[in-house]
Amino acid sequence: MNTANQAYQKQLRRRHAASSLFSAICLLAIWFALFMLALLLVGISLKMTGIWDPTGSGSGAGSRNWLTYTFLTEHMSRKPEQSGMIAGIWGSLWLMFMTGLFSIPLGIGAAVYLEEYAKNNAFTRFIRLNISNLAGVPSIVFGILGLTVFARMFGMFPDLPPRGIPLGIGVLKISIPFGKSLLTGSLTLTLMILPIIIIASQEALRSVPQSLRHAALALGATKWQTIWLQVLPASLPGIMTGIILALSRVIGETAPLIVIGAATYIRYNPGQMERVSDYLLKPQTLLDVPSSQFTAMPLQIFEWVSHQPNPDFKNVAAAAIVVLLLVLLIMNGLAVYIRHHFSKRLDW
Amino acid sequence: MRKYRLGCSLAIALCGGLLAGCEYQETAQYVVQVAGSSTVSPVSSAVAEEADKVLGIKATVETTGTGPGMERLSRKECDISGASRPIKEKELEKCRQNGFEPIEFEICIDGLTVAVHPENTWCNCLTIEQLKKLWEFNSSVQKWSDLDPSWPNEDIKLFGPDHDSGTFDYFIEAVIGDVPEEQSPCRTDYTQSVNDTTLVDGVKGSKYSLGYFGFAYYLLNQQDLKALGIAKSADGSDCVVPTRETIGAGDYVPLSRPLFIYVNKESLLTKPEVAKFVDYYLNAGQSEVGEVGYIELPSERIDKARETLKQTLAERRN
Repeated sequence: MNTANQAYQKQLRRRHAASSLFSAICLLAIWFALFMLALLLVGISLKMTGIWDPTGSGSGAGSRNWLTYTFLTEHMSRKPEQSGMIAGIWGSLWLMFMTGLFSIPLGIGAAVYLEEYAKNNAFTRFIRLNISNLAGVPSIVFGILGLTVFARMFGMFPDLPPRGIPLGIGVLKISIPFGKSLLTGSLTLTLMILPIIIIASQEALRSVPQSLRHAALALGATKWQTIWLQVLPASLPGIMTGIILALSRVIGETAPLIVIGAATYIRYNPGQMERVSDYLLKPQTLLDVPSSQFTAMPLQIFEWVSHQPNPDFKNVAAAAIVVLLLVLLIMNGLAVYIRHHFSKRLDW
Repeated sequence: MRKYRLGCSLAIALCGGLLAGCEYQETAQYVVQVAGSSTVSPVSSAVAEEADKVLGIKATVETTGTGPGMERLSRKECDISGASRPIKEKELEKCRQNGFEPIEFEICIDGLTVAVHPENTWCNCLTIEQLKKLWEFNSSVQKWSDLDPSWPNEDIKLFGPDHDSGTFDYFIEAVIGDVPEEQSPCRTDYTQSVNDTTLVDGVKGSKYSLGYFGFAYYLLNQQDLKALGIAKSADGSDCVVPTRETIGAGDYVPLSRPLFIYVNKESLLTKPEVAKFVDYYLNAGQSEVGEVGYIELPSERIDKARETLKQTLAERRN
């Protein structure tokens, strides 16, 4: 009796030890991630503010605060002190907006078809498998695809003059092939993030209980009404998460943009907009955006880190990295809020 | 199928409208497209900045490397391509096939700088012979002592541009000379990068390193690098260290080289913005050359480039 109890106590202690060991390992994992993130943030901030810069040029110019107001409002310059990233900020925002415009309807549409309409046969399974594979394709491959298909259009249309579509408030210019424009950039990134959006939306649609669909159909709703009024709203939080993750990737992506030929040095905003109000007061600027050349924040960082002889540009890049992280943080925060807002309305 | 009819016809009409469209009359100002070598792009972007501020001419600069820049030029994806070596016969052929002639303008002089870590006290000068021995294909040199027995018995860490780079092409031609087509032109066991700053950082990072890149990258990182002198003779008696003076006077041979821009003649003649931009590049823009870290051309050579521009533009009026 006593020995049996002792053996039990011993085993219990061992089980508790294993349990606390496991939680310690998990804790270590999260601390490792957080520590690396903190290291990056602290290092970048120190370099940006010029407080501590061991790798700097030591010329004295490095020890100043680089994240100034003019850094956000000026264009790129050959002088590090006068450099700014306004074109990159606008470029990235437009890129994200246009990519969202193309990829959200396509992605959700494909997911709805696969989950709600498609028969579960070998062909559908084949498509699903391939979508998962596409999600793992390196982004530079999509860049090469975009260069051939959108930027050059297989070289099928040499010397074709640009087309204009009159829209009342101005003329929407479309050059064929699309060239190094925002349109090419956003279509390429659309292809890149479509698999992510489709997979996330599929998961979200699958998590909607079958009883909800049955109830709607039993009440006489058509399939369209069921999907549009019940299934989609119920799965919206999950779909939103997928979209947010995908669009965050758009903001940070560099390689495909380099391949399609986005400018690394540019001194105007998309559509040659000079003031924000231009987009409202001069609609032609707005319509020129899709065909406009552009740069994006990660491209500017790449340019400053790698193509400028002056080492002070590394401090400029540090400031740009902080701005990029802040924009990402704002976007994600906004998205979390929207998601929360939508999920509150659900009560089943 | 009736319910689909409206949708289908709308879709077809939209596609048709897109393709047919109205021909677009370009009203906005043309944006000059510049691409090419990472050695030339600091100059091009400095000129683009001043041209924007002074003349209001917009230009975009894409840093691709000389080879890809020429590819873009031949495909008419850019008007101007920066090059750190003269155009190759193959590239010229491709431009002509696409119906235009590229026009060459010399814009400034660069001295390819072979640099080591500042704490490297043993080596101040290398002969071309030694450089060739160091960089040639299947090189037997692994340690500093392989170059000179009195130097440390430590591995040399090598850094150099990759094969897209005109700097690479020029260095190989000047140091190693002609190599058979099927063989790699130089040794392959070194750190290659298209970004000169990566090379600079690499050389900064180790006492036993050696790398080569454009003069501007040395000039702006002088406190962390030491430039080696280059000697033509085998005994190293005529050693010349790259400085603004030695490069400008033409004493730093064979590693000083002219930098070029190649301009699509068709754009030069039909697009006034391109002509103005090139004109600015060769005149007022020349003051940017020194600031960026390269050496201005002697006056007779820049005059020759200006003359080429004048003659080409004269064709426009006829």
